[in-house]
Amino acid sequence: MFEEIGTTTDGDLIINVGPQHPATHGVLHLVITLNGETIRKVEPHLGYIHRSIEKMCESLTYRQFIYVTSRMDYLSSHINNHACAMCVEKGLQIEVPERAKVIRILLDELTRIASHELWWGAMAMDLGAFTPFFHAFRERESINDIMEETCGARLTMNFIVPGGLMADIHPNFQKRVKDFIRLYKSKFEEYNEMVTGNVIFRNRMEGVGYLSKADAISFGCTGPTARGSGVSCDVRKWFPYEGYEKIAFDEVIETGGDSLSRYMVRVREMNQSIRIIEQLIDAIPEGEYQAKTKAVLKLPKGEFYSRVETARGEFGVYIVSEGGTTPYRIKFRSPGFSNLSALDQMARGSKLGDLVAMMGTLDLVIPDIDR
Amino acid sequence: MFIKNYFKEVFSAIRSLLKGMRRTGYYFTHHKEIITQQYPDNRDTLNLPDRFKGEVVMPHDEKNEHRCTGCTACELACPNGTIKVITKFEINAEGKKKKAIDKLVYHLELCTMCNLCIVACPSDAIVMAQTFEHSVFNRSQLTKILNNPDSKIMEGIE
Repeated sequence: MFEEIGTTTDGDLIINVGPQHPATHGVLHLVITLNGETIRKVEPHLGYIHRSIEKMCESLTYRQFIYVTSRMDYLSSHINNHACAMCVEKGLQIEVPERAKVIRILLDELTRIASHELWWGAMAMDLGAFTPFFHAFRERESINDIMEETCGARLTMNFIVPGGLMADIHPNFQKRVKDFIRLYKSKFEEYNEMVTGNVIFRNRMEGVGYLSKADAISFGCTGPTARGSGVSCDVRKWFPYEGYEKIAFDEVIETGGDSLSRYMVRVREMNQSIRIIEQLIDAIPEGEYQAKTKAVLKLPKGEFYSRVETARGEFGVYIVSEGGTTPYRIKFRSPGFSNLSALDQMARGSKLGDLVAMMGTLDLVIPDIDR
Repeated sequence: MFIKNYFKEVFSAIRSLLKGMRRTGYYFTHHKEIITQQYPDNRDTLNLPDRFKGEVVMPHDEKNEHRCTGCTACELACPNGTIKVITKFEINAEGKKKKAIDKLVYHLELCTMCNLCIVACPSDAIVMAQTFEHSVFNRSQLTKILNNPDSKIMEGIE
């Protein structure tokens, strides 16, 4: 089934990266066919962290299955929970209170910044720079503290429930978010000084891992990966949910298609998230944080789909209900899976040393790919 | 012209490197801006927020009374069978039979701290505690009985 280390019939060398390799950020196995130092083919082998989450959800009720989705893309767990809650609300036709909607968006955008911060640090570490990792974690830490205070957890929150939120925001929430915005703005220039303007970094990113617009569409790439190739695909703009249509923000698009474009999209997206938070933090409406729901949720017979924009791309939840308390079938459309499929196209013809940089710009979270 | 551009590139490259070095040099000389926490040396001063989800506990008052009625709402709400409620029948002062908990078994090793049991509890009998150091030498120590021995239900809680 798997090729071993060796040579093919036409003299190419086959090497394996992973499944236990620090540069793959998890258990991803890449079988690389090399001609000298030039990559001929990259074949990702998946399934090392498959936990059959979709099957597990079939035995859980509509309140219970949400916590499992935090374990898929653990860096944007809030946004995953949001998608699931929205899908259940769509089936039950629950009207979520305005206050809950605004808080959901605020938490989503904070999660997006935290995810991009971690990606930024890990990406620089992939290229051999260790200091940015700690600088990114310093700002991420203050977001984690906000999450810890309001949601009670730092990574797997499970704060969004069908009908609204599990609890109201902490009294300190607004003050601490404003403190974070001030901190972020004072430190953002450091990012550009240390990494974006660095000559070594730019030489390793510019023109590397080119993905054309047509390829990005045909591979089903979403999120910053596709927007780096000039595809306009932000779910928040195209299919607005929870009141994103009322908020002023720009969809970040770069047309370069190389690793640097994908990098710039994410860095600029952090600033857009800050812009969204600044608009909403003083405008949280008063009122209930949760709509009245029945003790036992039963979705009517039918099929329901909802999608959100996570930090990595489009995340979709598809529920088939037979009218019972548990779903008949759940399908998650995870962004990482489609984005990874474009890696082969990107890497062909480039050098082996650039492969890690390309993987870094895809922002892969392996549990999200395998589910 | 080519040589001029070549040297221009070299100097801009060196400048970009020095810019980054200046930033790291700044933090090297400014120790007060470093935010590293010296855990576990700072255990005494460590403050966790009230909502932090560490482990499920059942608070008892000074008369060794809890608020749990044994309704099994938490057991039904739990997604992975962490909580088991074992009930018994007690005969109260008026000679009537009344349902009460014998044991509320909590498997910490299965718990994912999703908070669903706390939300489901109608009488606020269980809460989340802020403890987070759960490592033990034997797995059986993680299975806990939440109600104290000989504890009773508070009066007035149905």
